[in-house]
Amino acid sequence: MRVGLDIGSTTIKCVVLNEQDQVIYDTYERHGSHITQKAQELLQRLAKEQLNGKPAYLAISGSAGMGLADGCGVPFVQEVFATRVAAKRLAPQADVVIELGGEDAKILFLSGGTEVRMNGSCAGGTGAFIDQMATLLKMSPEELNQAAANAHKTYTIASRCGVFAKSDIQPLINQGAAAGDIAASIYQAVVNQTIAGLAQGRPIQGNVLYLGGPLTFNSVLRKSFDETLELTGVCPEHSLHFVAMGAAFYADKEMDLEQVAHAIEKIDLSADYTSQPPLFEKQQEYEEFHARHLKASVPCVPFGSDCGPVHIGVDAGSTTVKVAVIDDNANLLFTDYQPNLGNPLPLVRQVLMQLYQEHPNLKVASLTSTGYGEELIKEAFRGDNGVVETVAHFTAARHFLPDVDFIIDIGGQDMKCFKIEDGAISDIFLNEACSSGCGSFLQTFAQALGYDVKEFAALGLFADKPVDLGSRCTVFMNSSVKQAQKDGASIQNISAGLSISVVKNAIYKVIRAASPEELGRRIVVQGGTFYNEAVLRAFEKEMGVEVVRPDIAGLMGAFGAALHGKALAKQGQTSTMLSAKELQEFTQEIKNVQCNSCTNHCQLTINTFAGGRKLISGNRCEKPVSGKTAQSDLNMYAYKQELLASYKAGPAVRGTIGIPMCLNMYELLPFWHAFFTNLGFAVVTSPVSTRAMYIKGQASIPSDTVCFPAKLAHGHIRALADMGVTTIFYPCMSYNLDEQMGDNHYNCPVVAYYPEVLAVNCPELEGKTFINEYVGLHRPRDFKKKMHEILSRHFDGIKKSEVERAADLGYAEYNAHMQKLRDKADEMMQQAREQGKRIIVLAGRPYHVDPEVNHGIDALLCRHGAAVLTEDSVAHYSEKVQTTVLNQWTYHSRLYAAAKYCTTQPDMDLVQLVSFGCGVDAITTDETKEILHAGGKLYTQLKIDEITNLGAVNIRLRSLFAALDEKDRKGE
Amino acid sequence: MEQNYPRFTQEMKSTHTILIPNMLPLHFSMLAAALECEGYKVEVLGNCGSQVAQLGLKYVHNDTCYPALLVIGQFLDALQSGKYDLEHTALLITQTGGGCRASNYIHLLRKALQRAGYGNVPVASLNFSGLEKNSGFQMTLPLLKKCLAAIFYGDLIMALRNQTSPYETTKGQAKQLAEQWVNTICGWFHQNKGTSGKEMKQTFHKIAQDFAAIPVKRVPKVKVGVVGEIYVKYSPLGNNNLEEFLASQDCEVNMPGLMGFVEYCISNMGDTIRIYGGNVAGIWGSEALLKYLDGFERSMGEAMRQAGFHAPARFLDLRKMADGIISRGNKMGEGWLLTAEMVELVTGGYENIVCAQPFGCLPNHICGKGMISRIRAIYPNANITPIDYDPSATPVNQENRIKLMISVGKERLLEQANSPAPSSVQEPVAKLETKVESLPGIH
Repeated sequence: MRVGLDIGSTTIKCVVLNEQDQVIYDTYERHGSHITQKAQELLQRLAKEQLNGKPAYLAISGSAGMGLADGCGVPFVQEVFATRVAAKRLAPQADVVIELGGEDAKILFLSGGTEVRMNGSCAGGTGAFIDQMATLLKMSPEELNQAAANAHKTYTIASRCGVFAKSDIQPLINQGAAAGDIAASIYQAVVNQTIAGLAQGRPIQGNVLYLGGPLTFNSVLRKSFDETLELTGVCPEHSLHFVAMGAAFYADKEMDLEQVAHAIEKIDLSADYTSQPPLFEKQQEYEEFHARHLKASVPCVPFGSDCGPVHIGVDAGSTTVKVAVIDDNANLLFTDYQPNLGNPLPLVRQVLMQLYQEHPNLKVASLTSTGYGEELIKEAFRGDNGVVETVAHFTAARHFLPDVDFIIDIGGQDMKCFKIEDGAISDIFLNEACSSGCGSFLQTFAQALGYDVKEFAALGLFADKPVDLGSRCTVFMNSSVKQAQKDGASIQNISAGLSISVVKNAIYKVIRAASPEELGRRIVVQGGTFYNEAVLRAFEKEMGVEVVRPDIAGLMGAFGAALHGKALAKQGQTSTMLSAKELQEFTQEIKNVQCNSCTNHCQLTINTFAGGRKLISGNRCEKPVSGKTAQSDLNMYAYKQELLASYKAGPAVRGTIGIPMCLNMYELLPFWHAFFTNLGFAVVTSPVSTRAMYIKGQASIPSDTVCFPAKLAHGHIRALADMGVTTIFYPCMSYNLDEQMGDNHYNCPVVAYYPEVLAVNCPELEGKTFINEYVGLHRPRDFKKKMHEILSRHFDGIKKSEVERAADLGYAEYNAHMQKLRDKADEMMQQAREQGKRIIVLAGRPYHVDPEVNHGIDALLCRHGAAVLTEDSVAHYSEKVQTTVLNQWTYHSRLYAAAKYCTTQPDMDLVQLVSFGCGVDAITTDETKEILHAGGKLYTQLKIDEITNLGAVNIRLRSLFAALDEKDRKGE
Repeated sequence: MEQNYPRFTQEMKSTHTILIPNMLPLHFSMLAAALECEGYKVEVLGNCGSQVAQLGLKYVHNDTCYPALLVIGQFLDALQSGKYDLEHTALLITQTGGGCRASNYIHLLRKALQRAGYGNVPVASLNFSGLEKNSGFQMTLPLLKKCLAAIFYGDLIMALRNQTSPYETTKGQAKQLAEQWVNTICGWFHQNKGTSGKEMKQTFHKIAQDFAAIPVKRVPKVKVGVVGEIYVKYSPLGNNNLEEFLASQDCEVNMPGLMGFVEYCISNMGDTIRIYGGNVAGIWGSEALLKYLDGFERSMGEAMRQAGFHAPARFLDLRKMADGIISRGNKMGEGWLLTAEMVELVTGGYENIVCAQPFGCLPNHICGKGMISRIRAIYPNANITPIDYDPSATPVNQENRIKLMISVGKERLLEQANSPAPSSVQEPVAKLETKVESLPGIH
């Protein structure tokens, strides 16, 4: 008899094989992290029921089985290896195995050179991801599959990380997209992630086996794989147990299972993890703490006999809907707090109707909405005001602590912190690319471990040795928790550890503070997550300061909105809000359409309310709403796109050269276009980036953590190949042009050398001429000589004098192009000032001009009434900036110079675009911030990636404008 | 922002203790001895533990590479420990001066010191690129000679120890011998001995013979090479004790030496001129230096082979090995060297490779992960696994991936043992045995 045990991150699987290698017994159960206990039980059961006390060949596999196997002397088989052993035996005809597990994703290439691939440090696109998404949709995994089966369309969702996906899904939920469509989109995202992350250029062909839990249980997921791979894969018998069977086959030692179970019992896994001091040393400490926080409360009074006037605040957040009703003295009359089940409108309607019912004479003076659903609520119920959530929170916090200088709000999946100076928000920190440590994260964890979130958090209060979980992304946290469990950490210590890591994330990752003094001493903490006393305590301990947590910590947005409405209300005002009758008759109809007004093809969600009122969302520009085009905008990004698009192919005397429009080509196209055109080549460029283009190229990306602009390059190479171009030019450049603005003039490693990656990894380049030699435009004389040598290697009969002339024309064209940008900037600044517009320098790199990279943030700024300039069009106004860091990259020198220039212009501010994964920006962001702060300016950073949640960006920008307005008012 | 931070002045040489972060324990002991001979008071930091990374996270931008977090965290932890007189303590950090983020570590360190309240602690830069010229820390010829000797000795001792310890009959002998030799050499340095060409060449043989004398039982084991970003490749603090872990999995480890990186930096100076133009004398200079170093390498290799050990390829051969895969123009971070080292390992019998890098390491997107598919295409035996390191990446995930690589390696070992044909190691594609006469320069 053979026994194989597979202990994964969430489940324990086991098979027993008879002498003929037939499965006579198998199990698949969740272990709820009680690994040793479960394994022990299982082995004892097997020994008794299956083996009748006889020994069997035994081996253990699975990511969570490693330590266990070592501890009890059972042979361990790495799980991917086990799968291979099993596949070779059970499905010898299989060419490729795709196996998804709880936190792992694997592809095994069996035929034509065996290779095993497994996901790196990212658990996006795995079972845990699907579970998380199901939780977000309030579905069980089975329901998710059922819903997806009835889908009509799919949306684009990032699956690289659950965090990103969440921020894509939330707006869809809020916009009322059909649950089935979202579910199907989630599966499609998993498929894209698996292929992009693991195939790495190797085609998936032939007989494909689907293994593991997610692929066994979700038929729609299998179908998505089939459709994307254009084949029909098979989910074989025992698809859940391949790893366990591989272990069983591999086992070469006969053992007594009873004895093994006994040995497991003896494994001492305790005290083997890094811990931190407990939250409370003594019970008394807790009681004092508890009593202190009871003091920060708002007076609650019943409705007066005349029922008004009242001000209603509605905060439609990402995971909850909150309503607060206050009277003219800011007393709290009514509150409501409930989970957002996807569509906030029925919930709010219910609450408003209840108010009318209970108080028939209700006099509403104002209805103010805030949060993700701000616009939706305002339009649907004809509210009086909308207020950006940061301002709502500030308004509420000020009510509790008039001289508050720092607010931190940790909500469901967002974290907002603002610094207050002189009564206005001076700095905002939002978690843009990462929701680790937010409320929904704690909740997901509690659920995964089988607890209610409140109960779970309370467990941690008196933990003796909280686990040190670090302060990173949710996904890593998953593995950290897994590790801690394995090391024997109790649930209490894990709970406390998670609470502490929430706080550390906020302080060190989002706010990036080194000391509490930096943030201020008068701190208000709010958001539902701070009801969790462990989080609250951890925050006070980490910051070394006593903070104010209002008793309505979770309602502060709604309360603030109500206060905001109250402040704006005129004497005796009556709200425009729907009447009781209108509420009764209220209807909502949701339609999803694609806007075809331009190439963006935005997915529009059109809400139609009773009476024909409409709300269009999902649009990137005003066109579908007002019919206006963006022509009149002062937008340097649009101008740059226009300029680049104007470079058309000339006659192909010597042939055709293709140039991929990626990374530094966004700046150097004018040079290369003039250069090659003059040499008699027709220069064709790859088309404007699209999502589809990216997807087409994603299979050949070797490193999934490189920045998105680099990843896009793969799509551009593919596009050029599809266009039939046979000679592609994309040179490597260690150095950029020297603009004398820094201590050196490097390109970043990715911009400098990405052509090397393309050359080696893009299958489309096979049989084509790919010129990716190293060139140095910073030394014009040498360049001509070297370039002549390079070209002579690829073409016959190009004379050196021709190259020299072409290079001169190239430099001239490049300089003319850059001059055009500077001239245009002057013109735009003048126009903006005439029109009284704010000027925003949307600073990034040349490639941030790509609309697929910037996601239309430039247009968004224009919609807010600002003129948008680029860093390279204003940098020349500043001298070389003295930096505390090494100022050695050309693009970044411009950034510093542009920031410096902004500090000299009262109506000019800087917003920095940062691509996710840009290592260089880890250095530049802090420096830029310091330059701006030293000049009395606000610093705003927008992290962008493959997919960007424009909703969050919008909040960020609106908060910025609100703060700027406030600043201007103070200045007057 | 204005630069204003305390400099390391000439006078501080006698008054201050210089703290150095540890990367390669063997090498750094000898480098420290070399510095002491010059009159510096130095201490190589050995502090580790979770507080090191925590301090790094607290004072350095969290998206900065892991080595920066660790090195700066280690410094801050040391300063906080109360062990040092803060008025008389200085820090030393290396600076490569390339286009990678690493050139900025010193500035991040200074920022962090400022924020942590140690703004008055001077920081000196150890670099060969002419950065920070006004520092009181200066490279002198005797110091340079000792440093080079320390690196050569360190590389040799590390390689011999790694090739011996998995097979030794009495556990711990190789490790002990390595420590013994390091102590001996440190002692020589203090007597101004052991750094002449003749002495070194003789010593190479002595060391190799000593290791060869350790009783061993050579059985086939999975041979694993380690390449990567220099800090996480070598530093046990950075790579969660990778070397130890591999040893625990019954593998033989090969970490290509530190001299390769030094020579790579030298070689790049010439290549930069070759590629982009400039004074040709610069090429001659760098090539002449490489020629000089090649003499030591060859006698080191000879010593190893004579004693029955595997000798790594000479640098002049090594730098040809990436031909056709990646250009030598790729010079940021570990650049083409990393790719070349992978080829050298695969063709040297170490076909199982861990490619270690900090999470999000920019150069390694290209020269590490980016080149693996091509290496596999040319050398199908290559069994490479890239591993990312960062403050919260858990050892369990890393170890699981490494175990997968080892499993494949073990399977091949079994196949080879069972097959009648002798196992064949793939030959490098590049033409080797570079003649020094072929190098550019004046002959």
